[in-house]
Amino acid sequence: MIYAKRRKRMSTQEHNAPIDLESGKYVKIWQGPQHPGITGNMALELVLNGDEVVDCKTHVGYLHRGFEKLMERRTFIQNFPIVCRIAVPEPTFNEYLYAAAVEELAGIESPQRAQWLRTLNLELMRLASYLMWLGGIGASFGQATIYQWTVTHRDYVLDLFEEMTGARVYHMYIVPGGVRAGLPEGFEDRARAVLDGVERLLNEIEKVLFKNVVFKARAKGLGIISKEMVDPYGIVGPNARAAGFTRDLRRDEPYLVYDQLDFDVVTGTESDAYARAKVRHQEMREGIRMMRQILEQMPTDGPFQAKMPNVLHWEVPAGETYVKAECTRGEYGYYLVTDGSQYLRRVHVRGPSYTHAIAVMEKLAVGTNIADIAGLMVSLHTYPPEIER
Amino acid sequence: MSLKDLISPFYVWQRAFEKPYTQKHPIQERPGAPRYRGFHVNVLEECVGCGTCETICQNHAIDMVQVEGLEPKPGDSGLRPKFDYGRCCWCALCVDICTTRSLRMSNHYAWITEDPTDFNFIAGADNMSWNGEEYGYRRDDDYHLLRGERVKMEMLAPEEGLKSFEEVMKGYTEEQAKDEADRCVECGLCVATCPAHMSIPDYIKTVREGDYEKGLRILYETNPFSSTCGRICTHRCEEVCPVGHQGEPLAIRWLKRAIVDRVPRERYREILGDEVVENGKQVAIVGAGPGGLSAAYYLRRQGYGVTVFEAQARAGGMLRYGVPSYRLPDNQLDKDIEYIRSLGVEVRFNTCIGREVQFAELIDDYDAVFMAIGLNVPSSLRVKGEDHPRVLSGLQVLDDVASDKNPGVGKNVAVIGGGNVAMDAARVSRRMGANVTVLYRRRIADMPADPEEIHESQAEGCTFVTQAIPVEIKDADNPDQVTIVWGEAEMVADEKGGRPRPVLQEDRMHEETYDCIISAIGQGGSLDFIPGDYRDQIEFKWGKFVPGDYQQTALQKLFVGGDIANNTADAISAIEDGHHAARGIHKFLTGELVA
Ligand SMILES: Cc1cc2nc3c(=O)[nH]c(=O)nc-3n(C[C@H](O)[C@H](O)[C@H](O)COP(=O)(O)OP(=O)(O)OC[C@H]3O[C@@H](n4cnc5c(N)ncnc54)[C@H](O)[C@@H]3O)c2cc1C
Ligand code: SF4
Repeated sequence: MIYAKRRKRMSTQEHNAPIDLESGKYVKIWQGPQHPGITGNMALELVLNGDEVVDCKTHVGYLHRGFEKLMERRTFIQNFPIVCRIAVPEPTFNEYLYAAAVEELAGIESPQRAQWLRTLNLELMRLASYLMWLGGIGASFGQATIYQWTVTHRDYVLDLFEEMTGARVYHMYIVPGGVRAGLPEGFEDRARAVLDGVERLLNEIEKVLFKNVVFKARAKGLGIISKEMVDPYGIVGPNARAAGFTRDLRRDEPYLVYDQLDFDVVTGTESDAYARAKVRHQEMREGIRMMRQILEQMPTDGPFQAKMPNVLHWEVPAGETYVKAECTRGEYGYYLVTDGSQYLRRVHVRGPSYTHAIAVMEKLAVGTNIADIAGLMVSLHTYPPEIER
Repeated sequence: MSLKDLISPFYVWQRAFEKPYTQKHPIQERPGAPRYRGFHVNVLEECVGCGTCETICQNHAIDMVQVEGLEPKPGDSGLRPKFDYGRCCWCALCVDICTTRSLRMSNHYAWITEDPTDFNFIAGADNMSWNGEEYGYRRDDDYHLLRGERVKMEMLAPEEGLKSFEEVMKGYTEEQAKDEADRCVECGLCVATCPAHMSIPDYIKTVREGDYEKGLRILYETNPFSSTCGRICTHRCEEVCPVGHQGEPLAIRWLKRAIVDRVPRERYREILGDEVVENGKQVAIVGAGPGGLSAAYYLRRQGYGVTVFEAQARAGGMLRYGVPSYRLPDNQLDKDIEYIRSLGVEVRFNTCIGREVQFAELIDDYDAVFMAIGLNVPSSLRVKGEDHPRVLSGLQVLDDVASDKNPGVGKNVAVIGGGNVAMDAARVSRRMGANVTVLYRRRIADMPADPEEIHESQAEGCTFVTQAIPVEIKDADNPDQVTIVWGEAEMVADEKGGRPRPVLQEDRMHEETYDCIISAIGQGGSLDFIPGDYRDQIEFKWGKFVPGDYQQTALQKLFVGGDIANNTADAISAIEDGHHAARGIHKFLTGELVA
């Protein structure tokens, strides 16, 4: 019965007849929360007619850890180790946004060198995150070899994180006021070597994946996001860029040192899973280009931490702010409210996955072959942990 | 679909011959990066147990606990962090905040144990597999969560200071005080070290909050000489402040002053209260120094009738007649004393026990007696000719200056000694226009004087001659002058492991002539006024009282404290002795303390 109702809400041309589950015509299956074809812990409740999905309902709630509430009970310094956990594969963007928001409210300006180091850190993060994703998109179309390659190279990037930040995954490197350390000796050369390696890998993946007849056949035309959908659905990042929108906060509202870097905003036209993959693939090259510039241009001495109050009794003046950054999935935002005490009054974290994994996914799934659902989902690049926080 | 698209994927074969990246752990070990946040390590000897790690850990993964076999040094709480790896998130915030930097991490990735209780361990004390291995994460030299620099206080430039007896240190502005108070980590190591156990982190907090009235109330819980101590306290608390490991310790003394400076004297009674419910008992106090008046204050608050007998014409003891006014202005000392007297403490000036009033009368007429008569007999130099009329005692010079008399030191002065009295005598002489040479037996580092005093004496132009031992004092050609013979000393290591001794070098003697020599090598007490039969009941050592619990003597009614009964000989110890004796007298007179 409830399907009939839902049908109405999201009625499309092809599927406006009510779905009668008792009719014997349909099969209902759950993809997730534990399923290799799902990105992170969420579930798709799918109704199939043959192998075609006729309805999709998303379920979140498996990952709620209450970060926003937890953060209200921790002092401003105590929050930096926790925010990185909000989006597991991309901790750094959380670190940066939290720090930037607190700095803005506290009237602290992080030193130039910290801004370069942060930018490098964020771009390394983008690269690691995309490498993981690239493996995911390959694997979800049956090409697990790609996954092995990219995860290997992601590990090389994690080595760099380990050197730079002291940790491979939860870096906890960007802190309110700056960063925790400069670059270790010889880091630049090792970073260049890793970037060269990734670049070679990207060339290979071009041949193995993007020119692959199977991938082309399955990804092209899959999950097309129409231009008209982009704004009403709040679609951002590569998902919007693949639909032809040249939107990128790094260029549109530059933060950190992005205005000093030379890079192109990559766009596509077809707006299908293939186009989105292609945009990301090309963005990785742009990221490498940026990092090479950073390694070349960044100051190697000077402070990397602003003069700070004693963090043990740090009170931030009352205020509110929303800060945003371009993460791999588009605009990522932190909304902070302070009341002059040692604690946050409220924090709200808003990541692109909220709409991409729920509203957009529910719409695009309909009419898709069940075998391509995993590929579709991965092509939207969503992180359930950032939906739930 | 092109043919190329069909062939292209076979490119994967090329990779089949690549060297795998995977490590064969545990056959192969891969050390963590030098910065890797592995497992906690604590250098027990460097840790002072301040507990700041415990305070900052957002996961409550740290408990400060006693460590078996660890003998804490002064300024060490004796506690060490115990980690709970069921809670830790490896953020290393504890490492970053660690005041002494004793807390670090190893560079280990993995640790396996079958015993879950192993996850609870005292870093550095418990036997962990990574102990003694390479370090990983340590706080970067340029990364600070605590501020090492102290907020500078405005002070008179040395050349300005020399022109008068104006107070040299100008005090913090409200803003500066807050800024300085902000550096506190609230560990409380200072509380344990302060002789009066003042609630230091609590009153520093009131400075941060700008609540000076509350601050004053906290100060008076343990110290009714806060204006005085805010200026001249020996501030032993600062020596143990762990923030000092990152630069300079908190200016605890100046922060105390910052509170008092912001509350006018007229408001004291209203803020601190002036209610006294008489309990009908009478206590006599001998000596209106900090020791005597501190006891008077706390006894009066409990309803005792208090009479203070003071030989001099003014109250304050050595704070009045010793400490010069450029360090402690009279009106600041008055601020403390006036409030105590305003509660109904009677002071009988010019009344010397043994002269105007006899010791026995006190014992007979009062329910209890507290004696804090200080040390006012200068110690002898023990060299030939020291009774020369141009040899003055430091105490006398300072007393004269405090009483607006000219001690007549002349143009060229030699001060003998390395303690605070010597520094004061030297700086006072400089203010009277003299050239001053300070002669001291040992090295500057050995001087008992406060390092700030030494520094300021030097800044004000006093010349320090160290490792100089006076040998003889004799007449100079000019009868208004005096000649001193002194010899150079070599520092010789002490065989018993004590501090090095200065040994006179007979072949390196000097003879110099001065307008006067100020002897300031220490002072003793005078207890002659205590009649013999009482004397026999009381324990003495080195010319001082040896008090028992609560400062009580074997002569049950007699309680003693201050310089004449302790070995620390500073104002705050006298104040604490007075407070402690007041507690003791109360217990004694309410029958709680059975001696
Ligand atoms: C030059 C100098 C500088 C100092 N600088 C510092 C400093 O910077 N910081 C610090 O903390 N401490 C300093 N001190 C030490 C400090 O002044 C003393 O530790 C403190 O005053 C001791 O207090 P008290 O109450 O025990 O004795 P006192 O202050 O000596 O008071 C004893 C009182 O008893 C009176 N008295 C003595 N005998 C009799 C009697 N028979 N009958 C009646 N009354 C009597 C005396 O007249 C005197 O007023 C300094 C001392 C000197 C001499
Ligand atoms: S590393 Fe972080 S979580 Fe672990 S004990 Fe230290 S402060 Fe607590």
